[in-house]
Amino acid sequence: MSTDLTRLDVTALRAALADGSASAVEITQAHLDAIAATDGTLNSYLHVDGETALATAGEVDRRRAAGDELGPLAGIPVALKDVVVTEGVPTTSGSKILEGWTPPYDATVAARLKAAGTVLLGKTNMDEFAMGSSTENSAYGPTRNPWDHDRIPGGSSGGSSAAVAGHLAPWAIGTDTGGSIRQPAAVTGLVGHKPTYGSVSRYGLIAFSSSLDQAGPMARTVADAALMHEVIGGHDPRDSTSIDAPAAPFVEAARQGATGDLSGVTVGVVRELGGEGHTDGYEAGVLAAFQAGVDQLRALGAEVREISCPSFDLALAAYYLIAPSEASSNLSRFDGVRYGLRVGDDGSRDLDEVMALTRAKGFGPEVKRRIILGTYALSSGYYEAYYGQAQKVRTLIGRDFVSAFAADGGAVDVLVSPTSPIVAFPIGQRVDDPLSMYAADLCTLPASLAGTPAISVPCGLSEGLPVGLQVMAPALADDRCYRVAAALEAAQDAARGGTFLSQLGASA
Amino acid sequence: MSTDSSSLSRDDVAHLAQLSRLAVTDEELDLFADQLGVVLGAVARVQDAPTADVAPTTHAVPLTNVYRPDVVAPSLSRDQALSGAPAAEDDRFRVPRILQEEA
Repeated sequence: MSTDLTRLDVTALRAALADGSASAVEITQAHLDAIAATDGTLNSYLHVDGETALATAGEVDRRRAAGDELGPLAGIPVALKDVVVTEGVPTTSGSKILEGWTPPYDATVAARLKAAGTVLLGKTNMDEFAMGSSTENSAYGPTRNPWDHDRIPGGSSGGSSAAVAGHLAPWAIGTDTGGSIRQPAAVTGLVGHKPTYGSVSRYGLIAFSSSLDQAGPMARTVADAALMHEVIGGHDPRDSTSIDAPAAPFVEAARQGATGDLSGVTVGVVRELGGEGHTDGYEAGVLAAFQAGVDQLRALGAEVREISCPSFDLALAAYYLIAPSEASSNLSRFDGVRYGLRVGDDGSRDLDEVMALTRAKGFGPEVKRRIILGTYALSSGYYEAYYGQAQKVRTLIGRDFVSAFAADGGAVDVLVSPTSPIVAFPIGQRVDDPLSMYAADLCTLPASLAGTPAISVPCGLSEGLPVGLQVMAPALADDRCYRVAAALEAAQDAARGGTFLSQLGASA
Repeated sequence: MSTDSSSLSRDDVAHLAQLSRLAVTDEELDLFADQLGVVLGAVARVQDAPTADVAPTTHAVPLTNVYRPDVVAPSLSRDQALSGAPAAEDDRFRVPRILQEEA
């Protein structure tokens, strides 16, 4: 076969399966071959089970030949971030404390993708317990960026971003607590969407910060991301924070956007995220690519105006109190009793000692730092000054969003900003300086704290590396993200005469 | 704990680690005290926010009392629940001793 099946997006793969020009086994084998050839360098997967993947694909082909009714994604390969628990498939969340653990059940997102007929290629690398912006905090070694192997692929969903950008999976599940879908998508030239909090089930995601965690799609096109979102989204009675409300169709919104007409859409450029007086920490090349993207939105008919969201300046401070506080509580479940590692249980030590030794050995430095910081912020005497105050700032950030979207306020349909203030940085550059690592999340944190949807779509290159543009919408208006992102993508693809990733070169 | 709101002493970190059931080395105490001092200095900015009369947000989705019908539904079997345990005995999780005296 002359077509390299790993180069096709999901829309094209579905067409190939439907018209018989490729089988599910051929598509799966092509991805397994690519993984065998290049993942020794990228380290995007923590676990690949080719035998099971080929068996699943073979079953899809047999059922298709027999004329059976198939799921909407039958035979399409997928990769899952290793924070998603999968029945019978090892799951570590990037941590040594869960090395060798095999979950006895499927997360809802995994179950829904399975029911749709997808073929699981494997589990992707990530910062330990999703704490990080570079995937360097993985206990299983860093992942490399397909655009430049000496640079980070973003994080914490960096295994997923590298796998999809490196053509080792057509799409993948990521999770986003403070930007962990959007920032890795931005720095690898992908589309990544953080859904409205509560609109995709958290059941079976290993919890980091429960009031912020959301799973979502990472893909090469806006249309593919929208398709995956429709499959994984919707109410789940197993997640008590799941929203029981119908969602606008995302695929249709992407299709509408791709027509390239944004007339009637009002876009607000957030001043506090890279605008005048707020450019500290932003690379000039990132701001230039972002500005070019905004100009394109205007050329497509959008009305563009600047919007001030003054409390966004405090998002980083609030986030790095709230997330570690929730993490310090969530990670107490790793006690060496019910699953995972146990260290020092020699009969002479009591439970507390065994627990402390187990957690010391099983957790990496960033996880330990966040547990300690969270414990401090929640401790009596400091609670009001830190955790309580951060929650009030969270209210102010939510109010900024409400005001920007309100008819008697900013009256915009969406807000935009750069997704990340910087392009992919060199591996090792920030790993010993937690605060400089946290700054990579500057632009993604407000939507995380407000629980509102936000997408990152490629908008250009800076120094030969991808830059993402973030589109933020009101809660449950994820369709606006898809529409605006698809319009920008279509305009850029047409001007370029190819997809964004076509610039990555066939050798990568 | 130290009274300076944006610094953590070595002893503070040792105390917090003990509360968190984390055994830490001397090197970690030094490193974490330095690094967390810097982080704490940055996050302390929340104290400058104009928050008089502002209610805290604990959660982005205002949901309360999410109930389901009180009926038996499938759940993990005992064997499945115990399948990941580092030690199990007599169909139970086996834990290290929890009392100081000899068993």
